[in-house]
Amino acid sequence: MTAARREQVLSYAVLIVFCLIALYPIVSILLLALHDRSDLVTGFSIPDSIDFGTFKTAWEEGEFGRGLLNSFIVAGTVAVATAVFATLAGYAFGTMRFRGSDLIFYLLLIGLIFPYEATVIPLYYFFKDFGLTDSYWALILPQIGLSVPFGTFWMRAFFRSTPGALVEASRLDGASSFMTLWKVLLPQAWPAITTMVVLVFMWTWNEFLLALVMIQSDDLRTAPLGLALFQGANRGSQDATLVAAAAIIVALPIMIVYVFLQRSFIRGMFAGAVKE
Amino acid sequence: MTAPSSAGVGAPDPSVGAARADGRAIAERRVRDRAPGEPRRVAYLYLLPALLFYVIFAFGPLLYTAWLSFFDWNGLTVGEWAGLDNYREVLSDESIRSSFVHSLVLIFFYAIVPVLLGLVLASVIAHARVRGVTAFRAILFLPQTIATVVVAIAWTWIYAPNGPLNEALDAVGLDSVSRGWLGDFTWALPALGLVGTWVMFGLAIVLFLAGIQKIPVTLYEAARVDGAGRFREFLAVTLPGLRGELAVALTITTIFALRTFDLIYVSTSGGPGTSTTVPSFLVYQNAFANGRVGLAACIAVVLTALIFVVAFAITKLVDRDPMQ
Repeated sequence: MTAARREQVLSYAVLIVFCLIALYPIVSILLLALHDRSDLVTGFSIPDSIDFGTFKTAWEEGEFGRGLLNSFIVAGTVAVATAVFATLAGYAFGTMRFRGSDLIFYLLLIGLIFPYEATVIPLYYFFKDFGLTDSYWALILPQIGLSVPFGTFWMRAFFRSTPGALVEASRLDGASSFMTLWKVLLPQAWPAITTMVVLVFMWTWNEFLLALVMIQSDDLRTAPLGLALFQGANRGSQDATLVAAAAIIVALPIMIVYVFLQRSFIRGMFAGAVKE
Repeated sequence: MTAPSSAGVGAPDPSVGAARADGRAIAERRVRDRAPGEPRRVAYLYLLPALLFYVIFAFGPLLYTAWLSFFDWNGLTVGEWAGLDNYREVLSDESIRSSFVHSLVLIFFYAIVPVLLGLVLASVIAHARVRGVTAFRAILFLPQTIATVVVAIAWTWIYAPNGPLNEALDAVGLDSVSRGWLGDFTWALPALGLVGTWVMFGLAIVLFLAGIQKIPVTLYEAARVDGAGRFREFLAVTLPGLRGELAVALTITTIFALRTFDLIYVSTSGGPGTSTTVPSFLVYQNAFANGRVGLAACIAVVLTALIFVVAFAITKLVDRDPMQ
């Protein structure tokens, strides 16, 4: 018994230490941001009083209201569009047999691992030709294309796991393939779809390079792009508190979603890299 | 028993309906395959929107990047066919080569360290009765969800000359060691590597913990009966049982390491000097600042090829399962 007890204590100790390590960087910039802007902050110093003034200044100077709205528009559109397209494609892969299904599936699988850094150059010139570089489209359309492989992969796994008898019965009743999807399968699919939407939303929200390349006007900056530019413009040591506050502002929306939906996050992340 | 190598990891949650009842599912599918009224050609219609977006905005551009890599092009005037010149430059140019070496250093910190750490910790924790696993798991996983730009800002502060790390070193009497870590030619790259370790270690622990739960307890009991110590038990039971999870963890972390861009751009811009440049940073720099689009495309192609090779090698390495 004592050995088991010792093991238990050791386990708690290990878990707590590593949880503290996981949390510390976030806590450290939160402490930094809670300082007054004029404070000379070093290392572990803790603010005398909780003061959100620095947040207010950062919010106004960095125009983060606009940035968050832009990120919300882009990430929301990408997540919803990906959900629709991936559900349709996953349905085909998961429940139908057709010529070339393996080939098309492998083509999509490549999309799970290739670095989108390698697509940014042609995308930039492509959108430039249409005069669309500085627009929501330049952020939304490519990221739907990049998210569709994961979404399809994920929904295919879901549709494969649904009992075949359900689909069969519906077909024998004479339902069209779309009615089978709509009436029989979709009602069960919501947990899987939620996971996918949450992950795609997060990935799109956090995306940086595409916005950096495509967006020039201040009005269209996404939150991470606005944050990086804000940091670049406030490099003085007395501005550290301001940049920290901005970083918290940008991270907060996803952290709130994460608190409520962490199971979906963790479940989906692991599936993303698995190949069959 | 589920095979840990593919399906088991792919759907860790039964509520989404893992493809876990393998045998039955396959039998059912066989019946389904011959079912009357099964749609065939309509499948292409369902695939169409997803494929269109993927081909136009992801796969197509990837191929076009490969095409561009054979040109000498400044992005404005007409490009000139350059054959393999860009590839020769990638192989011979000292600064480009060193960016790939930096990637290897990052792989060590992003992939190897977290995976080893995760294996050790997960096997320490695995058989203890611990409450609140869900909360621990959520906290350990948190770094994965935060935008890299934010992560970069947090760690820039930690490594700053007046930041927490130096203050901690000073406090324990190591004043001589403290420095501006990201401005140091020797230490900037390992310092950034440790940021990757921080982002990834929770993922490895959570993944391996889930995997160990799936290893039958009888295997551990058998090992104990055979008189195996903790270490032998780890080698004989835990490690083989985590084959699939190892593959997933190594693939995610290695690809992430090779793709590093945001962290470098925000924290060091490749500096000091070129001590923290990485391939994707050079892609950006050459394409959008230096007007060397062909060379940038070529670096991107080499990086992509490297990622494919690594992903393939990891799959092959881990798939050699003697049990199957």
